[in-house]
Amino acid sequence: MSKLKVENLDLYYGDFKALKDINIEVSEKEITAFIGPSGCGKSTLLKSLNRMNDLVEGCKITGTVTLDGEDIYKSMDINLLRKRVGMVFQKPNPFPMSIYDNIAFGPRTHGIRNKGKLDDIIEKSLRDAAIWDEVKDRLKKSALGLSGGQQQRLCIARALAVEPEVLLMDEPTSALDPISTSKIEDLAVKLKDDYTIIMVTHNMQQAARISDRTAFFLLGEVVEYNDTETLFSMPSDKRTEDYITGRFG
Amino acid sequence: MEAINKQRIKERIKGYLKNPWSLMILIFVILATLITFTALVLLVGYILIKGVPNLTLDLFSLHYTSENVSLFPALINTISMTFVSLIIAVPFGIFSAIYLVEYSKRGSRFVSIIRITAETLSGIPSIVYGLFGYLFFVTALKWRYSMLAGAFTLAIMILPLIMRTTEEALKSVPDSYREGSFGLGAGKLRTVFKVVLPTAIPGILAGVILSIGRIVGETAALIYTAGTIATVPKTIMDSGRTLSVHMYELSREGLFMNQAYATAVILLIIVLLINWVSGMVVKRLTKIK
Repeated sequence: MSKLKVENLDLYYGDFKALKDINIEVSEKEITAFIGPSGCGKSTLLKSLNRMNDLVEGCKITGTVTLDGEDIYKSMDINLLRKRVGMVFQKPNPFPMSIYDNIAFGPRTHGIRNKGKLDDIIEKSLRDAAIWDEVKDRLKKSALGLSGGQQQRLCIARALAVEPEVLLMDEPTSALDPISTSKIEDLAVKLKDDYTIIMVTHNMQQAARISDRTAFFLLGEVVEYNDTETLFSMPSDKRTEDYITGRFG
Repeated sequence: MEAINKQRIKERIKGYLKNPWSLMILIFVILATLITFTALVLLVGYILIKGVPNLTLDLFSLHYTSENVSLFPALINTISMTFVSLIIAVPFGIFSAIYLVEYSKRGSRFVSIIRITAETLSGIPSIVYGLFGYLFFVTALKWRYSMLAGAFTLAIMILPLIMRTTEEALKSVPDSYREGSFGLGAGKLRTVFKVVLPTAIPGILAGVILSIGRIVGETAALIYTAGTIATVPKTIMDSGRTLSVHMYELSREGLFMNQAYATAVILLIIVLLINWVSGMVVKRLTKIK
């Protein structure tokens, strides 16, 4: 059974129809990549999956999105949804607090106060995000003192700390250097064992390298959605072929 | 060895001669700085020369008499007046700013009306606040001349200032912090109080410090509301004068000009102290550990 299922989703910004009749099923414990040129709606769809678009004024969504068969726009508590479907943003956005407090923010939000338990969660999250060794001696220092790549891994750790089931990553490497990028990619592949990951990326090689399935977006539509290998080797749509061979956008 | 990355004076003169506008601007900028600086030095120097020799122990007697002309009660009153006014104004100012930035719909009519009102209020001369305080708190509410009436009047006076500075401070908190917090499943309340507000604290403090400056320096609004009794009031419902009012009264009566200057010195020192302390606080709060 699919983890996340999007059916007949339309999204409008005011009068502009940004997403047209989207149908996508995301399988559990896989990496699904959304690719496509700028402004094609891939980030917009991603944000609809944990209702971050609710904050945008003039944004109207129709259709259904289900998580484990449950409609996320109907009965589900929005804060609980965002706990289950975590998000990593394009630009690293650690809070201006200590590294420890950054990671602890999520668990504390969901009612964990016990110091020992928090310590455990923080160590586990930082280890899972492959940044523990770099920060273990400076947990009480400000997170803003870290490098960009470290900050992004910290943000991943912060998202992991609330034990989500799905992790949405919105171009998580676009602001980073190649070495940090490859670290995050390795991390994503490792995290796949425990989490369902959906990653928006500008970088086709990245999608080809790490994802299991890929969706190609163009002008608010899903042109093609298939196994990554098939999509990149034998695209069935002419537009997909043009895009992945670089003749386009 | 001579550094090669420094412009030699000859080169600079040559450059300025080639471009007379640039030279004129330079002269103007230097002149403006000199005049500003001189005015400040003259003013402070004058007060110090006139005031420091008159600083006597008598001025710090516990009780005011027409013999010792003590400023001590006024000093105490200044501190308590500042404290009470802030207690009233700061929560209201901060909370209304939170509403405007975090809760109201951006760009709504209601918000822009509130904003215009606040801006207008901060441009009104303090004597108008004084008259309002007199008519409302002193007469209508029958609080008479009292510290409380004074504090409420000042609170209304500084409210727009605190609200506006807090608003700016909250607006300067990047939206990515809010997104990050919402993305972790935190609600509005937690996002505002645990992430946004702590980030905005230095800016909010700057507003509070400005407000303290206005309270300490205020006379007109207080003469009408807190009165001019030169003792430490027994209760908050009694009249008492702050340092500025004390100074005004001394010079108005014309009998104790020397003591008025001495009071000015103390006032100056207090303002400097406040600035210094608040600077330290802001620095400590913003320091990246």
